[in-house]
Formats: sequence, structure tokens, C-alpha cells
Amino acid sequence: MESKDYLKDLSEIKDLMNKSSRFISLSGLSGILAGTYALIGAAIAYWLVTNYSYGTLILDGKIFRLVMLDLCLVAFLSIITGIILTTRKAKKNNTKMWDATSKRLVINFLIPLVAGGLYILIILSNGKYGQTGGLMLIFYGLALVNASKYSIGDIRYLGYIEIILGLIATLFPGYGFWLWVLGFGVMHIVYGTWMHFKYDK
Amino acid sequence: MSIINNINKVFDHRIRLGIMSILMVNEFADFNMLKELLGTTDGNLASHTKALEKAEYIKVEKQFIGRKPNTRYSTTKLGEMEFKKHIEALEKLINKQ
Repeated sequence: MESKDYLKDLSEIKDLMNKSSRFISLSGLSGILAGTYALIGAAIAYWLVTNYSYGTLILDGKIFRLVMLDLCLVAFLSIITGIILTTRKAKKNNTKMWDATSKRLVINFLIPLVAGGLYILIILSNGKYGQTGGLMLIFYGLALVNASKYSIGDIRYLGYIEIILGLIATLFPGYGFWLWVLGFGVMHIVYGTWMHFKYDK
Repeated sequence: MSIINNINKVFDHRIRLGIMSILMVNEFADFNMLKELLGTTDGNLASHTKALEKAEYIKVEKQFIGRKPNTRYSTTKLGEMEFKKHIEALEKLINKQ
């Protein structure tokens, strides 16, 4: 009889440690949707560049600005969807959306991401845009790995994959676009589906 | 008998074990965070934090955030050591049976 109580103690300890230090209400569905937005956004960018820009991008051209707008829209929609679905899941789990764990998660996610974003803007303004896709993947991957300590551990693996794809993209800038599609589009959908069935069900 | 000796009397309560668990994986936690996670009342939580403080297993810092008083807790080296010993003792007890 007594050992059952101790077992309960131990599982309660584990549960409290997880609940108090990790934000576990990330929604898998939002990953699937973010990947879908990325694929649609990439298709639009591809269409713009091949039809109106003869397959090349000029940094101060109108098409380039449209592609940037397209990219910002993808990021914006992904973030909004993520927030809405995660809030919904947090409510279902009976946890708060904005508490110490989610704050820590967001801060640790943003540090590599913002540093990388600024770096990309700086080299873009210097006219070097061949590596943009690869750098986005690398810094996004680093942000995921850094944030994984404060959420469900699996995010780490998505981070590793993004970093590897990013490195390949910087090595072969010609395939940057397709690796970006693979990293931000396909990988998010694969990963989101996996998370959805593993945790949301 | 040696196993029984490692079972720490101070931790012999759900709430105290809970407080220690949370503080082990967080640099610090404030009163409200503990209260929410453990689902307990102010008075109950206060009495248990006091007991842990008296044993010098946790540190208490009182400060003001704006004008609101805020009490935050963190573990001491002693508390961490004792908690680990306690967990090991629990595991051994379970494995034995």
C-alpha cells in the first residue's frame, strides 16, 4: 500500500517540475497551418519572380518589395494563427497562456531570431542576398533549439533539421528557395502533424 | 533502517514536496505562482513555506514590484541536497517492494 503512495509522490513531483518549467500547450495544428502559409507564400513569390522579373530579383525593384511583403504576410499570419490556437489549447489544458513558462519560451526563442533577422537585414542592405534563405533557416533553427529547453523537447529536432537545411542552402545558394520551401513549408507540416497526433489527441 | 533514515520528515507532505519540486527546476518562484501550481490556499501555502524556510531548505526574498509587495522563493544548496536524497530514498523504497 505504501509504495503506491510513494509512486504517486514521484509522479506528482515530475508533473510539477514539467508544468512549472515548460510551456506545453503549443498547438500542432498551428505548425501545419504555418507550413501551409509558407507553401502558398512561396508559390506566390515564385510566380511573381518567374513571370514579372525574368527569374532574377533586383534588390530595389518593385517585385522585390512585393516578395518581401509576401514574406512578412506569411510570418504575420503564422504568428497570429499560433497565438490563437495555442491560447485555445492552453484554455483546454486549464493553464494560462501568458505565464512564467510561456514568457521564458518566447524570450529564448526571440533572442537568436531577432539577432538573425537584424543580421539578414544588414547584409541585405549591403546588397548580399544570395544567402538570405539559408540564413533564415539557420537562425530559425537556432531559435527552436534554444527554446526547446522550455517546451516539449521535440522542438529541438525540428531545430536541428532547419539548421542543417540552412547550412546546405548557404553552401548551394542556387537551391536556397527550394530548401526554404522544404524547411518552412514541408517540415512545418510534417512536424505539426506529428505533434498533433502525439500531443493534441 | 538506513533507507528509512533518508526519508526526510520535513518533506513528508504533498505541498512541501510540491514547493521543492517547482523550485528545483526554476531559479525562483513567487507566492502566486506556487499557489496556482499547487492549487492551495494562502494560509496553507504560507505555513509550509515557513516550515521549509525554518529548515533552511528555501530562501525567501521580499521585494516590491511597483507598489505591490512580492515574495519570491528559491532553494538553498542544503535544500537541493536534501531533496535529492529524499527522492533517492523514495525510489529505493519503491524498488524494494
